Amino acid sequence: MAGAATQASLESAPRIMRLVAECSRSRARAGELWLPHGTVATPVFMPVGTQATMKGITTEQLDALGCRICLGNTYHLGLRPGPELIQKANGLHGFMNWPHNLLTDSGGFQMVSLVSLSEVTEEGVRFRSPYDGNETLLSPEKSVQIQNALGSDIIMQLDDVVSSTVTGPRVEEAMYRSIRWLDRCIAAHQRPDKQNLFAIIQGGLDADLRATCLEEMTKRDVPGFAIGGLSGGESKSQFWRMVALSTSRLPKDKPRYLMGVGYATDLVVCVALGCDMFDCVFPTRTAVRLWQKERFGSALVPTGNLQLRKKVFEKDFGPIDPECTCPTCQKHSRAFLHALLHSDNTAALHHLTVHNIAYQLQLMSAVRTSIVEKRFPDFVRDFMGAMYGDPTLCPTWATDALASVGITLG
Amino acid sequence: MKLSLTKVVNGCRLGKIKNLGKTGDHTMDIPGCLLYTKTGSAPHLTHHTLHNIHGVPAMAQLTLSSLAEHHEVLTEYKEGVGKFIGMPESLLYCSLHDPVSPCPAGYVTNKSVSVWSVAGRVEMTVSKFMAIQKALQPDWFQCLSDGEVSCKEATSIKRVRKSVDRSLLFLDNCLRLQEESEVLQKSVIIGVIEGGDVMEERLRLISGVSRPDEVLECIERGVDLFESFFPYQVTERGCALTFSFDYQPNPEETLLQQNGTQEEIKCMDQIKKIETTGCNQEITSFEINLKEKKYQEDFNPLVRGCSCYCCKNHTRAYIHHLLVTNELLAGVLLMMHNFEHYFGFFHYIREALKSDKLAQLKELIHRQAS
Repeated sequence: MAGAATQASLESAPRIMRLVAECSRSRARAGELWLPHGTVATPVFMPVGTQATMKGITTEQLDALGCRICLGNTYHLGLRPGPELIQKANGLHGFMNWPHNLLTDSGGFQMVSLVSLSEVTEEGVRFRSPYDGNETLLSPEKSVQIQNALGSDIIMQLDDVVSSTVTGPRVEEAMYRSIRWLDRCIAAHQRPDKQNLFAIIQGGLDADLRATCLEEMTKRDVPGFAIGGLSGGESKSQFWRMVALSTSRLPKDKPRYLMGVGYATDLVVCVALGCDMFDCVFPTRTAVRLWQKERFGSALVPTGNLQLRKKVFEKDFGPIDPECTCPTCQKHSRAFLHALLHSDNTAALHHLTVHNIAYQLQLMSAVRTSIVEKRFPDFVRDFMGAMYGDPTLCPTWATDALASVGITLG
Repeated sequence: MKLSLTKVVNGCRLGKIKNLGKTGDHTMDIPGCLLYTKTGSAPHLTHHTLHNIHGVPAMAQLTLSSLAEHHEVLTEYKEGVGKFIGMPESLLYCSLHDPVSPCPAGYVTNKSVSVWSVAGRVEMTVSKFMAIQKALQPDWFQCLSDGEVSCKEATSIKRVRKSVDRSLLFLDNCLRLQEESEVLQKSVIIGVIEGGDVMEERLRLISGVSRPDEVLECIERGVDLFESFFPYQVTERGCALTFSFDYQPNPEETLLQQNGTQEEIKCMDQIKKIETTGCNQEITSFEINLKEKKYQEDFNPLVRGCSCYCCKNHTRAYIHHLLVTNELLAGVLLMMHNFEHYFGFFHYIREALKSDKLAQLKELIHRQAS
């Protein structure tokens, strides 16, 4: 059974979220996160800057796009350059010279997904470093210790991550263990005044397990909750039901962070279901994928994405998106980007990274404005219309999910 | 276009090129350099990051080798390569080849010259060449020429003569085609001279020379304009330009730099014994190799006192991390620093010529050339 809540968790954790507006039909909310490095408007999309960099764009460019919070990966940074060095550099903020907010994950997910020889026990995750072959144990305490050194504004508990396609007793074991690990993270956290520790709701695709996890974890007074264990290989139908279940049981006055969700349609639907924060490697990776071997050259647009390396764009002299206000769209045509993508000048990818991040941030901003102006359901209909040609052509899962919160399409 | 020399000292020319560009109101300082580009873009840099750099030259160098394959697109575009690449305000010079990528020899004939693009060989007759230039509409373009003699070590007189004859024939044909086209008349043809006497009033641009010590040597021989591919090469090997060109620093700065240099030299000998990768052979003494382990915890900027975006915002330790983790941002930040450092060097050359201090600058550079 989950351990009893410790002394530390009974003290009131800071309320870091202020609700500004709520949709009267769906569960969508617009709000503000009050974090040590400034205010963040929600709903928010957080670009992923894995190794203390947002691919090939500078922190100045990222700031100019309006980004106020982004992600760093504890697993990668914990190995290279390591927490001691980063601490000497005035934390991750100082190391990469990012003046706004940072969220770091626990390292658990990468551990399990990237490392072939990792083993999970009650102690933690035991793994072998791919760089020097040394064996390390990533425990809840160690993860929090590393994140304390990184100094990120939001840190994540170490959770026992199980793929959403796994069934059976392992899912239950992981859920209960995640609760125990949450308590250990809370106890080990040295800087609750400077860094906000979020819990991560697990339970896979089992409604009962998830409900149990929600009931237990919400007893812990953490500043925010993440919905984990989704955005893996599960069906979209199961996915949205678990998101909806989670948001129905999470406190209203604390932020809900849906991990690993970033495709435009998913973002819009999950805002409707009551989520506030999102992250995904897709926008930056899709621009830069496997630079040395193949370059996707994918640009996000309201109708999906453009594969700019394709011949059809060779003589297309318009911008990626005429409605987009990013520097790439202000200055460059699809034809030029097409030509540049076929060269060995990395600038091509940076143009796309700038645009793709701008697209995601502009989308979230538009979503937020529509909530504040009490027209979110109309926004959703327009969005689906643009994306699928007609709102009624929206994928079934999305239609069902939206209907469950009172938004009908077409 | 008008060459206006302020002074000539021991063969070195200081001055301005006036009345440049389609509107005739741009000016360039000489000695100077051109902004190196690949497929019409500064390497690694977007408009934003390029404009973070101080002292970007008024003229950019485009290479026909990277643009010839886009001939059809540019013809349909109609508005010229400057607008196409998003640099409508920049002066543009189109060279035949990319000075960084050596081209295979043996492809020049009496009727055509080949350039080498990413896609492969592009063969050009005079008429195709001029048609491409018509689509590009650069301010200057290098004339089609047989430049192979400079690539070969042992060249016969016969081959040299053949090269000169071919080049002159190409030039004559290009000039004839230019006369027939209003569009082409807006561009200036840069003829290529392989040795021989050069007339005083003509502008001298040299290809393939970019190292600081070689630049000074050429300036002493009366060259006016250079390509800026050296900072790019330095960037590609994960290095940062650190050579000093301030021939009149304040005494405190000199002392600090001297102490710093001594430290560097001590460590460098040790490290060069241990790490001998392929790139290291090409590393000059004008730069430091940020991949070296000693920079892992070095929280200084690349160069103290440098006002570039990278030095104002980041540390050697961070650049080292980016290189070790293979992150694209390394190239972006290094390129910004290396270009700014290099353009600063040229500014100091002009200042030195103005105040008759070129000998001091030359001595300083030669002290640093290993």
